[in-house]
Amino acid sequence: MAEKTVCVECLRRSWLLAALAPYIERVATGEVGRRSPELLRLSNEELVEVVAPKVAKQVLARIEALAEERLVEELLLAGCWACCRHGDLYPASLRDAADAPWALIGRGDPSLLDGIEPFEAVTIVGARRATSYGREVARELGRGLASAGMVVVSGLAFGIDACAHRGAIDAGRTIAVLGCGPDVPYPASHRSLWRRICEQGLVISELPPGATPWRWTFPARNRIMAALAGMTVVVEAATRSGSLITMDLAADLGRDLGAVPGPVTSRASAGPNSLLASGAHVIRDAQDVLDAMLGPGRKRIEHRGPDLEPDLQAALAAVEAGESTCDGVATATGLSGAAAATALSRLELLGYLTCSSVGTYSRTLQNG
Amino acid sequence: MGQKICDLRVTGATWLRSVASVLATARTFTLDGISARPVRVEVDVHRGLPNFTIVGLPDAAVREARERVRAALVNCGFEFPLRRIVVNLAPASLRKAGPGMDLAIAAGLLSASGQLEWEGLARVALAGELALDGSTRAVQGALAMAEAAREGGAEAIVLPAENGPEAALAEGVDVIPIEGLGQLPSFVAGEWEPLRPQSLPLQLDPSAGAPDLADLRGQPHLRHALEVAAAGGHSVLMVGPPGAGKSLAASRLPSILPPLAPVEALEVARIASACGRLGSGLSGGRPFRAPHHTISAAGLIGGGTPPRPGEATLAHRGVLFLDELCEFRRDALEALRAPLEAGEVAIARAGGQRTLPCRFMLIAAANPCPCGRGEADLDCSCAPYDVQRYQGKLSGALADRIDILAAVRQPSAAEIGGPPGEPSAAVRERVRAARERQELRLGPGRCNAEMTPGEVRACTLSSDAAALLADLYARQRLSGRAHDRALRLAQTIADLEGVEKIGEEQMAQALQMRRRDHG
Repeated sequence: MAEKTVCVECLRRSWLLAALAPYIERVATGEVGRRSPELLRLSNEELVEVVAPKVAKQVLARIEALAEERLVEELLLAGCWACCRHGDLYPASLRDAADAPWALIGRGDPSLLDGIEPFEAVTIVGARRATSYGREVARELGRGLASAGMVVVSGLAFGIDACAHRGAIDAGRTIAVLGCGPDVPYPASHRSLWRRICEQGLVISELPPGATPWRWTFPARNRIMAALAGMTVVVEAATRSGSLITMDLAADLGRDLGAVPGPVTSRASAGPNSLLASGAHVIRDAQDVLDAMLGPGRKRIEHRGPDLEPDLQAALAAVEAGESTCDGVATATGLSGAAAATALSRLELLGYLTCSSVGTYSRTLQNG
Repeated sequence: MGQKICDLRVTGATWLRSVASVLATARTFTLDGISARPVRVEVDVHRGLPNFTIVGLPDAAVREARERVRAALVNCGFEFPLRRIVVNLAPASLRKAGPGMDLAIAAGLLSASGQLEWEGLARVALAGELALDGSTRAVQGALAMAEAAREGGAEAIVLPAENGPEAALAEGVDVIPIEGLGQLPSFVAGEWEPLRPQSLPLQLDPSAGAPDLADLRGQPHLRHALEVAAAGGHSVLMVGPPGAGKSLAASRLPSILPPLAPVEALEVARIASACGRLGSGLSGGRPFRAPHHTISAAGLIGGGTPPRPGEATLAHRGVLFLDELCEFRRDALEALRAPLEAGEVAIARAGGQRTLPCRFMLIAAANPCPCGRGEADLDCSCAPYDVQRYQGKLSGALADRIDILAAVRQPSAAEIGGPPGEPSAAVRERVRAARERQELRLGPGRCNAEMTPGEVRACTLSSDAAALLADLYARQRLSGRAHDRALRLAQTIADLEGVEKIGEEQMAQALQMRRRDHG
């Protein structure tokens, strides 16, 4: 596979980036690495000259000396494959960007990239520090979009990213774009999710196997995420957040932007709310994404409306109104403690509610 | 009184008789855990250089008895023999601890030196600490000692007057309270008969002196969870922000537990006596213990040499409240695991194994996240990783020993200002009825929380309830333990409602209340 889809020049670029990572970190961390996509537009020689003038010759010579067989062997050893901008497998959508990665190193199912068009993929981004509301919406968006046949792209980070992947992997296809080698599960606590995506989806990166993450590699991988999908949706983000960098990158590429509205009092929703104010699509569920990308009503997600007993209806309404404990529901509905417990338990079993490990309930997106 | 003693001083003839070597023995006890071990005090007064030695594995407090006994004898007008005195505490292999042997050593010395002719010394037991002026001071474990005296066939036990009422709880042994060493001669001579103490009243009513559940206003679910917990003996974890009423609720739990049986009340009194907490009488029915979260494992389940009861034993037949469960030391919580299951603590020491009873109800409280506000609160300032780690700790802490999870929220102003809740007495009546149904099914003294897997299988479910459980079992991949826990809870709810068969409603409630195994 590797021989056909990748040329050695592009592969060497990946190894060069890994070798220069600490130098780029020094140059690019002025504004939390915002400048790294600009740096990545440069050619090999220019890049080395900018970030590491003192060792430029040695680094270039070392990279030039890397034999193709050795690189391919390293890929195989790590269970990875690669494609480059000159190959067929390389997604057309990435070619739009001036700073497109030369090569993509992948782990998992290459057919997810094969001929992928922007209108087939949605990128979901958001805060690592997400609220339970944001996580629930992200999971449900991931699940809804994947079951509608879309590829869900995200970054495997804590919070929104992981929830979007988890939702999507249950229902369909997902791609994780990493800021480290594709064989490096980062963050480490997402190792099992990473493994699942490797098995059932796809993990890609522009860095070679074994490369460690740096601060600048995250904005860099954000540009790949933004370019891959026709629409980028932000679920929750503070006003100065890396997720908004991805939105900027997507806007520069002319991609659609979507944002999930949240409470105006919530710091976690400040980013999406301000994007909405400046004209992003309002995303309430997967259907909104499909309507925005494909045109209203072109693709429908089936719903069945809730048809519940009065007690359950009242308890569900109380949770929707913000009560998270059984006591709160009982007080709000006037049910006895026992009756409220019964109602919540049934709603949980029916999938309308989830219960956290500390016993608080939140609404799922199920059934609208 | 000093005058009187002088009159009773022994004559020269008897004094001479004792010049060579005289042996006297007296009976006393050393406290080991909460039980009293019999100790025989042998006093040998011999010719030789004046010396006073205590042998037989005495601890520092016993060894210091030399100074107390010497001063007490002299200050009561007796003579301290200037001879070679050896006190042996038998059996020699048992470690003796505490100052409770002073009185027996003094009595033995008086007898051995011929200052007190006491034929019946070997037939009575003595326990008590001596002050330097010869007056007696209370000892710990007087009740256990009185019982041990009865078991050992002693006719009477001589005790400090403060210990009289508690020792009198032990029936079948004559309790002789004395104020000081100086009263011994007149008592022995039959010139003075001490007043037999009135035994402490056993407090069976669990609500006596305990705060009432009526103070918990609103919060219907929390009340229901407490009621179910009390009815089935289930342990509870309350999770909620600070100030939401978790501690208030926990301290009301003893008041809704069923009344103590006389035997149980005696067990409680015995433990309180061994810890010296019975001086002013039994405070309330069921104990309520709320140790601070910095407590060590030994403090929680008991330990030390000789072993002393821990908080778990002090909470026997009552309630152990662990506030800030996540802050407790991991080893302390782990140590609590086996005792919770067995109802007794086994403390193994080089000197042998001791078991202490600890059949208590566990109620724990924790904040939903490190800052305490809970993730749903917009002001919650915890990073998700911290919340994750905290909740991981929470689900790890005694996870398999806690049946009920109750999420507690800040009560609204209307609830706090509203009418008082149902009083404890009414709730207790329902709990008592539910316990009776359980005893009928499981045997005396047992409750649903203790059901074995076999007994759990024997619970009868309606088809709806069985379908509900099977559905959840399949969908959420419940563990076998979670399955059984849900059944136990459902059975308790059915017992509370007085229905024969577990219905769908009871099952749904149980599934809501159960503690989640994970995330």
